[in-house]
Amino acid sequence: MSNPVPELSDSRPDAAITVARAEADHPHSAVVTFGADRPLTLDAGTDLSPFQIAYQTYGTLNAARSNAVLLCHALTGDQHAANINPVTGKPGWWETMVGPGKPIDTERFFVIASNVLGGCMGTTGPSSLNPLTGQPYGLDLPVLTIRDMVRAQSMLIDHLGIERLLAVVGGSMGGMQVLQWAASYPERVFAAMPIATGARHSAQNIAYHEVGRQAIMADPDWRGGRYLNEGTSPRRGLSVARMAAHITYMSDSSLHRKFGRRLQDRDGHTFSFDADFQVESYLRYQGEAFVGRFDANSYLYVTRAMDYFDLAADYGGVLANAFKGTKTRFCLVSFTSDWLFPTADSRAVVHALNAAGAPVSFAEVESDKGHDAFLLEEPELFAITRGFLDSAARATGVA
Amino acid sequence: MMSPREKLAHDLTMREAARAASGTRVDLLLIAQMVTPGSRVLDVGSGDGELLELLATTRGCDARGIELSREGVNAGVARGLAIIQGDADIDLADYPDDSFDYVILSQTIQATRRPKWVLEQMLRVGRRAIISFPNFGFWRMRMDLLLNGRMPSTDNLPYSWHDTPNIHFCTIRDFVALVDEVGARIESAAALDASGHPVRFKMPWWVWNLLGEQAVFLLTRKG
Repeated sequence: MSNPVPELSDSRPDAAITVARAEADHPHSAVVTFGADRPLTLDAGTDLSPFQIAYQTYGTLNAARSNAVLLCHALTGDQHAANINPVTGKPGWWETMVGPGKPIDTERFFVIASNVLGGCMGTTGPSSLNPLTGQPYGLDLPVLTIRDMVRAQSMLIDHLGIERLLAVVGGSMGGMQVLQWAASYPERVFAAMPIATGARHSAQNIAYHEVGRQAIMADPDWRGGRYLNEGTSPRRGLSVARMAAHITYMSDSSLHRKFGRRLQDRDGHTFSFDADFQVESYLRYQGEAFVGRFDANSYLYVTRAMDYFDLAADYGGVLANAFKGTKTRFCLVSFTSDWLFPTADSRAVVHALNAAGAPVSFAEVESDKGHDAFLLEEPELFAITRGFLDSAARATGVA
Repeated sequence: MMSPREKLAHDLTMREAARAASGTRVDLLLIAQMVTPGSRVLDVGSGDGELLELLATTRGCDARGIELSREGVNAGVARGLAIIQGDADIDLADYPDDSFDYVILSQTIQATRRPKWVLEQMLRVGRRAIISFPNFGFWRMRMDLLLNGRMPSTDNLPYSWHDTPNIHFCTIRDFVALVDEVGARIESAAALDASGHPVRFKMPWWVWNLLGEQAVFLLTRKG
């Protein structure tokens, strides 16, 4: 590995951050704005209005409007699933899965990906301008939930004139949204594919998120959430948050395979706190790269939304009740080495779906890549996704 | 009104015969014939989904599967079938009462840890249960043990005794005794001979137990 060891002491926003900030209000995406006549009622008990959603689409909506597939992104994802990301200049986060001839085939399906509420890539979030003050929302934005995100997405789907989605697909936090879609709008979801996810965030996962949030809030440059107003950037805190989280996305064996105990461009230990080990250098690089594309307050809001997610709690504590009488067909996938959303989490959802009599498939894919496996080259996941979407298309007469 | 055994003596339809020629297992065809078209079916130990596909395409069933092997599940799901990765010995407990019209266990009961419990669960989850299994009372098995003094192995059961998924073999008569023990009723039954054809004549159990290489039973709850 020859990643540059980044300089973490500079608190000034750099050029990349400036580009990222511009995306918050004027993204390189289609945008739909919902005005005062169409407020979004939030679980926090207030209305959000006006607000906007930034989204990308791929492929063509057919005449019957029956071939739409909604992708839901994970914690730090965005709407740029299958195109070059305007901030990083890198391929979209699901280029391996989405595209012409790929498992989510854009020659066949009309694929929609939107930035989540609370995000920082053009959908209203803490870095968006608050129309009341002309300043970024910061912590004045109400705390959001997965259900709020899905409610907002449903307004986007209305706006696109789509009655029923052929499929809703997503991994991790995206999978939570898929489950919420199926629970909130069962008649609008023909097929649901939650990957590497669970019906609630575990205590361990909440704990990891709290470490990340505390790292951000402990950074003096966070300025009580007002860093955008004050021209600083809590890059050290956000970077540490990302480093901690990144470990949870990998597995012990994948870290070992990638780095082992190998040293970074040196022959021996330096007897200092430099990044002697490749794994340290790698994490520092990941942290620093993240700072250039993600907003610290968005990280607080979106992790909080995941923590609050407990689908059964909204249905009297019985998960099966969330899916009572559903006609939606489900396909769940987990990965053997994922310890963030282990197979048991998926299985709990499968049991609830069985109890509700829902048609459900479930496969555990053998992989040593940890939670991140859903974003990576996993031929079995691709085959399952292709087969599941193909059977949904056949059942609904989509060519 | 035909007797249950006569019902099973039906000739295979042309379509099914064509499938048999193309390699579908005869016991699966027999099972498919036992299932009322359009019913809800759970296939426990569904493999790569061969029976599920047969039930969906020829009987119009809402057919779902449970399969232990990851390869089997992934292959089936990739073919668009509703299959769950799971273990009959554990996961049947999670299904509500009466959630299926039929619960099927084909060539799997001998590989379960708790055959009696599995049978009871099948009859709880489904209104009917269909079980097919290799008959350890088959004359060739007996001959093998009698003449060679070795644990029998056949083309259908090629495993050696120390390396086999099959831990609970039984004979047709053993199975009939178990059915009695769990308080179920035999609605119909068939034995298949070594060439995979149903033993067509109504005969006492001991004859089937000798001539049948495998057996297929359709059970219902008593009362």
